[in-house]
Amino acid sequence: MIRIQARTEPSALMKFVSPLLAIVLTLIFGGILFSAIGKSPVQALQVLLIAPLADSYNIGEMFVKMGPLLLCAVGLSLCYRANMWNIGAEGQLLAGALGGSAMALYFVESESIFALPITLLAGVVSGMVWAAIPTFLKLRFNSNLILTTIMFNYIALYLLIWAVHGPLRDPQGYGFPESAMFSDATLLPTIFESSRTHIGILFALLAGVVGWFILTKTHLGFQIRVFGADEPAARYAGFHGKKLSWFVMLFAGALAGLAGIGETAGPIGQLVPNVSPGYGYSAIIVAYLGRLHPIGAIIAAAFMAVLYMGGDLAQIEMGIPVAVVSMFQGVLLFFLLACDFFINNRLSFTNQATN
Amino acid sequence: MKLKSLLVGLGLLAGTTMVQAEDPLKIGFVYVGPVGDLGWSYEHDMGRKGLEEYFGDKVKTTYVENVPEGADAERVITQLAKAGNDFIFTTSFGFMNPTVKAAKRFPNVTFEHATGYKQSKNLGTYTLRTYEGRYISGVTAGMMTETDTIGYIGSFPIPEVIRDINAVYMGAKSVNPDIKIKIVWANTWYDPGKETDAANALMDQGVDVLIQHTDSPAPLIAAEKRGLRGIGQASDQSKFAPEAHIFSVRDDWAPYYIKQTKAVMNGTWEPKDFWGGFQDDMLTLASINPNLPTDVRAKIDATQAMIKSGEFKPFTGPIKDNKGNLVVPEGHTLTDVELAQVSWYVEGITDEIPR
Repeated sequence: MIRIQARTEPSALMKFVSPLLAIVLTLIFGGILFSAIGKSPVQALQVLLIAPLADSYNIGEMFVKMGPLLLCAVGLSLCYRANMWNIGAEGQLLAGALGGSAMALYFVESESIFALPITLLAGVVSGMVWAAIPTFLKLRFNSNLILTTIMFNYIALYLLIWAVHGPLRDPQGYGFPESAMFSDATLLPTIFESSRTHIGILFALLAGVVGWFILTKTHLGFQIRVFGADEPAARYAGFHGKKLSWFVMLFAGALAGLAGIGETAGPIGQLVPNVSPGYGYSAIIVAYLGRLHPIGAIIAAAFMAVLYMGGDLAQIEMGIPVAVVSMFQGVLLFFLLACDFFINNRLSFTNQATN
Repeated sequence: MKLKSLLVGLGLLAGTTMVQAEDPLKIGFVYVGPVGDLGWSYEHDMGRKGLEEYFGDKVKTTYVENVPEGADAERVITQLAKAGNDFIFTTSFGFMNPTVKAAKRFPNVTFEHATGYKQSKNLGTYTLRTYEGRYISGVTAGMMTETDTIGYIGSFPIPEVIRDINAVYMGAKSVNPDIKIKIVWANTWYDPGKETDAANALMDQGVDVLIQHTDSPAPLIAAEKRGLRGIGQASDQSKFAPEAHIFSVRDDWAPYYIKQTKAVMNGTWEPKDFWGGFQDDMLTLASINPNLPTDVRAKIDATQAMIKSGEFKPFTGPIKDNKGNLVVPEGHTLTDVELAQVSWYVEGITDEIPR
């Protein structure tokens, strides 16, 4: 008889072993999966997990992919630590892209050095506003944050679609739903020659470090952690739940908004209907993979970026259908999160059958 | 000295011809949807297979499916070029600027972008005269409707879709002066759920023949359930709705892909804006339902023959828009450049283009 028992203390050993166990399980599964469709498992795993880092172009692209994931995930980590179940990073990202792009289009003829900072600020503020509304609804009317943030994702998406079909549409664009290309003055500078890696990745890494600092080194972070672990105790200690909620939500909204404008003023260079391939949702996985720790999120975001790029490369190099790649990715994430279960729980084997 | 360089030159020449003889031409395809969408991307993939069948060992094709039209597109296109593809087709409008950027980066690779309007030295564009199929659809729907009300499920209000709505209405009006058209925007190219909702909304308003600019068979299935009729989009969708299905206007990309590949092989490729229709065998009527009345069937065949022979072109003046302006003067037929900019509804459509 196997039973699940909660551990009294999180297992230090499992914290370390769990990802390794997950990787071994995934390799076994991947071996079976790729053999079953007649592809070499070794080559498939190499293309999926190693090729994305094989040359400087790919590494640069990994940073491009990692930036928005990391920005969103750092904010979400703090939210979830404080028991604020913000599912709205996607909407906050889109709001940031929309608000920031509107500003960038205002500067479309400009060469001012202030154009870029103002554009970025517009993105950040838009993301914050988008996070503020559900936060207000929750704190004032006790509405369900999960539901309202999801709803606001849709509202942001439709607002953005409306804007690119209407006021922000390129007047010279034959009526297609795209804005004009942004002026160089509002584009994020790239870091390396002939690469799309832009300074957004530096913002993202900085956000990770700042998030870590707040969470572990400040009284505010201490309050967030206590509040998340034991809300009644936090209230008894006199912590202001509302203030903390506002802080984490606005922080997350600002970072997600920055991620959004970082995409349109970065690799895309214009406002398009498909700004995000679901970064705000993937960031939830990234946050949990990073165990709700901002530094963990850096590693997790890099890992997810590699995984996504590997998926494209597997199609190009080996002709593996996207459905199989997605299945492999899903199973890998499942194993990673499932194995973390054993950090706080363990299996106990007993001879008695309990009825 | 001269002799030496001549010899080197001859050697190089021999080398390149040998390489050409041995190495297949590598051709890459970028799809916006899954190849299993049974619509747009599916038909591009059928075109790719047709190309492989035609050239055999002389070509090697690769595709990447489900590519988001955001920052990822440029990476995928670049990686296809990096992987040694000589000729790359990007098959959705949203890939336009990423393709332009990749074409600049890889001047020795030939690119073709479907449905866009930007060409360069090594980048051509191609599209379908879908309005020809729409006109036939309109004629048929106008004869088949008993409520004098036909429905159009729009994807996005871009010129192609606006143009096709006009073509449907003009076709229907030519056989049924009392015709009304109702339009619902699904704001998607492929989403069976939303398409079903749109179909039901139209049928609730008295529509009994559905025409769709979205790619899934969901609207046909919805029509089949209610005993009403519909016209299939992009691929042969007859099997999803054996009774409801009138015909499908099938996109056939293979003739174009074969033609352009020959041009690249012969070194005669040039960047162009190519429009293909019934005359080029790139549009066909698939699975015309045997349950249609004989007069309708005869009219379908006659209309198709007139369009195929070039005797009839739907956008020939005089045409007025629904605000009373003369948009196509008498005796003028819209040129391809003008067709690409249609942003008005023809007289009689009591609706407004969403802005």
